Amino acid sequence: MPDKGFTVSDAPHIKSRLTTKGIMYLVILALLPAGLSGIYIYGLGSLRVILITMASCVAFEALFLKFRKRDPRIALDGSALLTGLLLAYNLPPEVPLWLPVAGAAVSIIIAKQIFGGLGHNIFNPALVGRAFLQISWPVYMTTWKNPRWALDAISTATPLAKEVSSSFSYMALFLGNYSGCIGEVCVLALLIGALFLLFTKIISWHVPVSFIGTVMLLAWAFGGDGFFKGDFIFHLLTGGLVLGAFFMATDYVTRPLTKTGKIIFGIGCGIMTVVIRLRGGYPEGVSYAILFMNAMVPLIDRYTKTKKYGFIKK
Amino acid sequence: MKKLLREFSKGIFIENPTFRLALGLCPTLAVSTSVLNGFGMGVAATFVLLGSNIIVSSIRNFIPSKIRIPCFIVIIATFVTIVELTMKAYFPALSKSLGIFVPLIVVNCIVLGRAEAFASRHSIVNSILDGLGMGVGFTLALVIISLIRELLGNGTFLGLLVIKGFQPALLFILAPGALLVIGILIGVVNYFTEK
Repeated sequence: MPDKGFTVSDAPHIKSRLTTKGIMYLVILALLPAGLSGIYIYGLGSLRVILITMASCVAFEALFLKFRKRDPRIALDGSALLTGLLLAYNLPPEVPLWLPVAGAAVSIIIAKQIFGGLGHNIFNPALVGRAFLQISWPVYMTTWKNPRWALDAISTATPLAKEVSSSFSYMALFLGNYSGCIGEVCVLALLIGALFLLFTKIISWHVPVSFIGTVMLLAWAFGGDGFFKGDFIFHLLTGGLVLGAFFMATDYVTRPLTKTGKIIFGIGCGIMTVVIRLRGGYPEGVSYAILFMNAMVPLIDRYTKTKKYGFIKK
Repeated sequence: MKKLLREFSKGIFIENPTFRLALGLCPTLAVSTSVLNGFGMGVAATFVLLGSNIIVSSIRNFIPSKIRIPCFIVIIATFVTIVELTMKAYFPALSKSLGIFVPLIVVNCIVLGRAEAFASRHSIVNSILDGLGMGVGFTLALVIISLIRELLGNGTFLGLLVIKGFQPALLFILAPGALLVIGILIGVVNYFTEK
């Protein structure tokens, strides 16, 4: 409840006109280019997945708010829409349509409402939904669709699967000309949205820069045959790294509060991502890395408390 | 009579070992992947509970308090051995799928907890009812959890296909599914008992 005049931190304070609702809709706006590029690359099937995921997220939110005897209209505050959008961006473009509904139920009910709704969830709801779907229906979650320009030969697996990784040019990866999830493939479109969020100061640079920086450094150091021979640009452009670092790790509820905390959080996400990508059983580790670090946030917050203004450190 | 009945029924509802006391969660998490496993585990634990409660209660005045825990363990281990050998002889398939979790009943905190907290302080009749009630409560909890997990994670009930064309969510058969189902069920039980 940002506009009730509560102040949580120590003085001095600046009041802002931006409400939670306003921020949610601005983030949705910033995500639109990535969605449009996904629809352009994989066809109208992806639009259907996006719409169904968003609609079912809002529906589950309203239902559960009603069940908790709250005003169901809170479901329109944009947070459920944003969760749905992010979840849809993490799905392959041609999943059976009951899959996003199941994911939305897990995201909203288990990851968000059971903990007490917006602001009380420990884990990023969209990522919990994605992790649930990934573990439950691995076949559907890894059945990709060819991009519109594709040759059949290169489009069977995500580029992070090791046996096909060498056959992509950086430009194809940057523009999203490969098989992947709806909203994560077109790095160009994601960067447009990310710059908008940075420019309007909705997110700060700390989490994305430390996250992506750590991934690139570690991928460069350990990703190739021998030290410092890894293809770090490839690791930047593939998978959900850009989407995760700018739009999901920066979620206000599930990231640390202070600048130092955010940098620790980003570095942790980066280390986990590279460990899972290079050594783990899954080809992609961004979502699990962010979920893992979400669990660390209370600990990080405890050790990075800001000094009170005017107090002398003992 | 009413008091005796309460000794029995408390294990099923108000002091249900899984949902209210949160005891014995390791075997609950591990074996609740199918209704048959859950039921088998519940019956085995009930037998051990009953036997150890009877013996502990009947010799409670002879056990020196300093070495009571080792005494309890020896008594419990005796009954676990009986269960394990019987299961191997007559239900080899069940014994195979429960695996290490049958011998591990020795250190099940429900069994040890009832010996320490109840049987060593109460009469034999009360201890029998307490052991039975706790055993039934544990079995009931295991069956409910494994019913949900088997249905959602495998699409079956007692190994029979329930709904055609249902795509089971693998998560519920795996470890996170166990934690989720138990957590949600504890929440539901709390929600209805706190009213």
